[in-house]
Amino acid sequence: MSELPAGVERHAFDGTDRLATRGEPVYGEPTDGEWRAWNPNRSKLGAMLDLEMDTGLAGGETVLYLGAASGTTVSHVADFAGPTYAVEFAARPARDLLEAAESRPRLFPLLKDARKPETYAHIVESDVDVIVQDVATRGQARVALENRRFLADDGRLLLAVKARSEDVTREPAAVFADVREELSEGYEILETERLEAYHADHLGIVARPR
Amino acid sequence: MSKTDGWFADVDRDDPDVMATAVREGSAGEPRDWPALAVEAGFASDENEYYDALREATTEATRAAVTERERADDRQLVHAVRAMDDCSRTANELAERLAEWAGTIDPEAGTGVAYARELARGETDDALEEPVVRSLAARVADLADEADDLRAFVERQTPAVAPNLAALADPVLAARLISLAGGLEELAKKPSGTIQVLGAEDALFAHLRGHAPSPKHGIIYTHDAVRGTHPENRGSAARAVAGKLAIAARVDHYSGELKPELEAELADRVETIQARTADDGGANDE
Repeated sequence: MSELPAGVERHAFDGTDRLATRGEPVYGEPTDGEWRAWNPNRSKLGAMLDLEMDTGLAGGETVLYLGAASGTTVSHVADFAGPTYAVEFAARPARDLLEAAESRPRLFPLLKDARKPETYAHIVESDVDVIVQDVATRGQARVALENRRFLADDGRLLLAVKARSEDVTREPAAVFADVREELSEGYEILETERLEAYHADHLGIVARPR
Repeated sequence: MSKTDGWFADVDRDDPDVMATAVREGSAGEPRDWPALAVEAGFASDENEYYDALREATTEATRAAVTERERADDRQLVHAVRAMDDCSRTANELAERLAEWAGTIDPEAGTGVAYARELARGETDDALEEPVVRSLAARVADLADEADDLRAFVERQTPAVAPNLAALADPVLAARLISLAGGLEELAKKPSGTIQVLGAEDALFAHLRGHAPSPKHGIIYTHDAVRGTHPENRGSAARAVAGKLAIAARVDHYSGELKPELEAELADRVETIQARTADDGGANDE
């Protein structure tokens, strides 16, 4: 069993133990004092932590988050991590992301395309400790490889692969095999686990750069 | 700003606009240790101050970019697509009038907007030197150009306003659906059966009055998946297309994120429907 990062704890909400971080509520989640519940059904990283995958997160890391969407997950990340760069491509969810960033002084929202890292390489620093990736686009392995340039040699890639974004008609298992193979061009895969309990047809991957 | 510089190079800390522009428009081939470089360059006195400035700049930049992208809203699109239709309809009507008139002067006169353009450019017979005829031709050509420009605008704006609709239908059809429904929100709230017959209101009301069969499709007839399907199965294809378009409109209105799987699902479904004609199983539905 792996340890939760500092700043993430299991807290009792209405009698059940749930993951929680300290910060301003973002999406109407239940709170207990300064702690707010982290819903693994709405967050792939939350699911990976809840399933006790060895993410290597300790707390306080510099993070590049690809596919921040409305800021649901990235707000929890910013609660326990250090400087957090949040990249999101769509304007509508980015508006909510801005709101989540308001109370978080080290969360940097960026309206950029994760498939084009050169459009934010002048902002995001090199050697970040962690890349979290949750982008619903075709070519998810390619996105991870393109963004490898930001990751420190001993850093971690925490990737949630959505099979249906690659090809809805194929078996998820076949899609995952392809993603794993392409990913191994630049990464060594440390652990994979299906997130089925929380997210249909998703695979959680922990990897480090080769 | 050169390709190896961070966003903070050449910006004034006191000018939020300049900082935001640097964040939005800059680029670099490789990331570097920007916090340390910024302190070294005297941009910030320490890392903390750098991150404060970075947050201010990224927040400002993202807010501006979001506002700009969202201002490309559905109302603009509705006006543009209606203006486009007005322009091409008027151009065609005038082109007909022009052809009738020109035909009395030159028996070789052509028809349509293409002929009007020729005439406007002066590429036709000298017999048509009559200035008023040529001037009318020029008006027709201008209107047709305007319609083309409006179409280009619609094709450019629709993917920003409704990414999923634009991907599933072509951008002009997507814009027409939004226009017929009266807006993206209105479209998002319509059931797929209504979307299926948008634009076929005459036929629908004739049917409701009881003296016509129900229309199978409205404006979505122009979708390749409907038009490209054998008439016998067109109702099924129209239903499948309308169903996916309804979902796309809701995703576009409520989330705005592009869901590429919608397109694949539709293609898959349409293929199944079209295969019925191929193996002649057309009678069964679903």
